[in-house]
Amino acid sequence: MTYFKYSPQEDSGAGQPDMEARLWDYIDGNSSAEERGFVEKLIESNQQWKLRYQELLDVNQLLAGSLELDAPSLRFTKNVMEEISKYTIAPATKSYIDKKIIWGIAIFFFTMIFGFLVYMLGQIDWSAATGSEKIIPQNLKNIEWSKYFNNTYTNIFLMVNTILGLMLLDMYLGKKKKQLNQRHSG
Amino acid sequence: MNTGLDDSEIIGKVLRGESQLYAELVKRYQNFVFTITLRYTTQREDAEEIAQDVFIKAYRNLADFRGESKFSTWLYTIVNTTCITFLRKKKLDIHSLDNEQVFEVADSVDSGFRANQIEQKSKVQMVNKAIQLLSADDAKVITLFYKGEQSLDEISKILGIDPNTVKVKLHRARARLKDKMQKHFAEEVKDVLN
Repeated sequence: MTYFKYSPQEDSGAGQPDMEARLWDYIDGNSSAEERGFVEKLIESNQQWKLRYQELLDVNQLLAGSLELDAPSLRFTKNVMEEISKYTIAPATKSYIDKKIIWGIAIFFFTMIFGFLVYMLGQIDWSAATGSEKIIPQNLKNIEWSKYFNNTYTNIFLMVNTILGLMLLDMYLGKKKKQLNQRHSG
Repeated sequence: MNTGLDDSEIIGKVLRGESQLYAELVKRYQNFVFTITLRYTTQREDAEEIAQDVFIKAYRNLADFRGESKFSTWLYTIVNTTCITFLRKKKLDIHSLDNEQVFEVADSVDSGFRANQIEQKSKVQMVNKAIQLLSADDAKVITLFYKGEQSLDEISKILGIDPNTVKVKLHRARARLKDKMQKHFAEEVKDVLN
């Protein structure tokens, strides 16, 4: 083994990180056939590459053969089994999440956004505007917000969103309640 | 208890009601899970608590394991998220190379190594002590690659990052480990070789 014969201080040229990355790819078996052939030639012909390759190979062997795993306490498995006896396996997420509902919600929101945009664009008087600066109001205070919020479409939009929000809150609270019940019954 | 069953067979049986077989999965992976959790916290009690939590979460969500990946890859994903959640809750410091504490640990490990040079002249101890000097992220990537039997693609799924990023992280982690060994254990390396 040639541990650390090649010190990083010896050569800090610009090609150094690239050399290491390419050698690691070669050692890990991640390089292409063409790259492998090229690196092999470099290792054979270039002393610098040869030394670095041997060094990295040593580190790799050291890690592959010497890395140890820690063990938890002897009672660990027993503790886990005691703990899981209090629980039941939850049903697969797939079984209670209906993709059709998710798609339905997504389509609904996209339709709403699209409809809203079409309505807004429809309100702009294109013939009156000669330049883009005229579309943008000079003073935001001059906008009559009441004009927009008294509109039936806007009110329907806000109402539907409120209902959807309440439905989501109900789903969330229902899920929490179910989890609590499961914990008590478990 | 060695059932001779592979992971997916055990999972199938556990899902059909033979929950006691889950103990076999715990035994198979407990050391690895515990080692990874120890990379996040130096307290063995905390690490064991997180590891236990991981196995409970895995059990409760076992029906969600669809066998599209190895069970170990799926389990290590839970390890990763559980460790991060635990640290956020407890507001513990993740080991960082910039953290002064790491250098204190490094010094104590280094002096400890020198004091017990004769007893600890082994490659195994040297590598494992050098690993302790790395950041949690570096140590985790190295452990997953060398001990977790995970490919770069599988590690990318576990950590939720791009495979190329994993490759770069692994290269850098090994380079840092090499530097640590050069800095703290160069003499010992020579002794091991002689």
